[in-house]
Amino acid sequence: MKKVLLATAVFSGTVLALEITGAGSTFVYPIMSKWAYEYNKETGDKVNYQSIGSGGGIRQAINRTVDFGASDAPLTPEEVEKNKLLQFPVVMGAVVVTYNVPEIGKTVLNMDQKAVCDIYMGKITKWNDPYLQQLNPNVKLPDRPIVVVHRSDGSGTTWIFTNWLSKVCPEWKEKVGFGTSVKWPTGVGAKGNEGVTNYVKRSQGGIGYVEYIYAKQNNLPVARIKNREGNFVEPSVRTMQEAAKNAKWDKSKHFYEVLTDQPGKDAYPITGAVFILIPKDQPERAKKATTFFKWVFEKGDKYAQELQYIPMPENVKKLAAEYWKDNGVAP
Amino acid sequence: MEQVAEVQKSLREIKTRGEFLERFLKLSLGFWALFAGLLFPILAGVILLYEARLAIEKFGFIHFLTYTNWDPVQEDFGAATMIFGTVVSTLLSMLIAAPVAIGIAIFITELAPNWFKPIVSTAVELLAAIPSIIYGLWGFFILAPIMATKVEPWLQDKLGDVPLIGKLFQGAPTGVDVLTTSLVLSIMIIPFMAAVVRDAFNMVPPIMKESAYGLGATKWEVIRQVVIPYTASGIAGGLILSAGRALGETMAVTFLAGNNPQIPKSLLEPFTTITVALANQFTEADTDVYLSALYYAGLLLYLVSFTMLGIAKFMVLRLEKRWKT
Repeated sequence: MKKVLLATAVFSGTVLALEITGAGSTFVYPIMSKWAYEYNKETGDKVNYQSIGSGGGIRQAINRTVDFGASDAPLTPEEVEKNKLLQFPVVMGAVVVTYNVPEIGKTVLNMDQKAVCDIYMGKITKWNDPYLQQLNPNVKLPDRPIVVVHRSDGSGTTWIFTNWLSKVCPEWKEKVGFGTSVKWPTGVGAKGNEGVTNYVKRSQGGIGYVEYIYAKQNNLPVARIKNREGNFVEPSVRTMQEAAKNAKWDKSKHFYEVLTDQPGKDAYPITGAVFILIPKDQPERAKKATTFFKWVFEKGDKYAQELQYIPMPENVKKLAAEYWKDNGVAP
Repeated sequence: MEQVAEVQKSLREIKTRGEFLERFLKLSLGFWALFAGLLFPILAGVILLYEARLAIEKFGFIHFLTYTNWDPVQEDFGAATMIFGTVVSTLLSMLIAAPVAIGIAIFITELAPNWFKPIVSTAVELLAAIPSIIYGLWGFFILAPIMATKVEPWLQDKLGDVPLIGKLFQGAPTGVDVLTTSLVLSIMIIPFMAAVVRDAFNMVPPIMKESAYGLGATKWEVIRQVVIPYTASGIAGGLILSAGRALGETMAVTFLAGNNPQIPKSLLEPFTTITVALANQFTEADTDVYLSALYYAGLLLYLVSFTMLGIAKFMVLRLEKRWKT
């Protein structure tokens, strides 16, 4: 009798505390685990997030092995519908161009679309290339070869960066295209944001692209990038939110919107959002996930900012809540 | 009379029980040996083949093997660069490791004073216990910068103008290239090689060595003309074991290869291997053909290791035969 009682007690205990499983993007892992921790403290429900990469997250969401998947790149509306999923953005980040040129130290350089494209195409090979010099008239750039560094592993960071290049540089679009990994025309590959950061730090004349947080934590110089309106913009919380504000979010397109190269005077052009994928045909599971993300939208912003992520603007959050209601998965 | 019958009966029982146990052991152990040695490799091969079918259909065998393009965006894949990288880095690391490992083994078995032998032996064996990621980190943060700023420029300066060999040292020295990778790989496989070769040397019957000394041979002559010929197959065995390790090594190579799917034109250029490509790209392979192409590359690695180890085993058998006659 005692045993039975004990068993029911244990059993009901596990039933009471809801367990939500998710998988995907490694980029959101730090903030996701912070949210999960705080959410668990507040509600007792557990969020179990595996950072296996966006590709894996998409696949697991399609196979319904998790309650939600997280991806750095949005699925197209057709893909979302075909797999009976729902999709909405949850948090933002930016990709920054960082460099290590000992002669100029931490001086902030200006880069435009053509400069970044030509460097990654292998056409500009020296720091004192006339084109770079003309963009930075007040800096004396040295005669030093450029060491181009890119990601070797498939990654959402690469997706955002190459997507921007494809939008602003016709030659890149034609010869390379965009994706989580691409066929790089030049440079060496390093694993992970940490790998690229360390490689740039280590090689004199190095240039690389990393998530904003990594450049910030490592105190690396970050280039001002020319945006669509022709302004050189430094990456910051304000300039990234500017990019998200001007984007055309559309519920009927399942929020398919890429935040690169958005209009806006101060919009930082290489911005991206992380998208959550939930199953539409299993509303009970989807509701578990939306309950958590409702809490994230309401109370998660301060934790996101502590970790240098950019929260979604209020209008987008409202739109996402309506989207849940429309599809019958509102918490 | 009855008692005799009972004893006989129980004796029979014991016999049948013993037989049963014996048969059971034979069957179960046989099954596991068969499973590990034959079924499991076949099963793994079949699974790889099944998962790779899409890519095999699309790219064919010879084309995939010889095509150097790896473009996930266009979904156009060929594994020539990775296979080349895998084979070259393995061969190079063995070339560096073999003389060192044999030297260590000779020192431990023939030259070192008795009290010193276990110390060196253990130290070398401990090298094998270091996780490969540590080798990768050490190579990336400590060795690669030294290679980039000191060793490689020096090599270029001294050997750059020599015809043929000079070509191997062209390009910007970055420290993340074929040379550094092979060097770190060789350090990783030395303990394996040295341990096996040492054990082989220890098996040389003392009487053979003593007779050689008795005939007035020097230490060097004994090593060269008695120990090494006697243990040639053991040395080859050590080489095979370590080749297997170098072929499959992933973590350390990921740090040091530079991960570029290209056929390196010199030792100072970045490259990639099959294992590195798999580790790097598996999680983010978002289309079916892409994933299938990665499985296909895995299948090729399986075949490459099989053939390489097969050839080596064949060589050992031939050597053994030669030394027996």
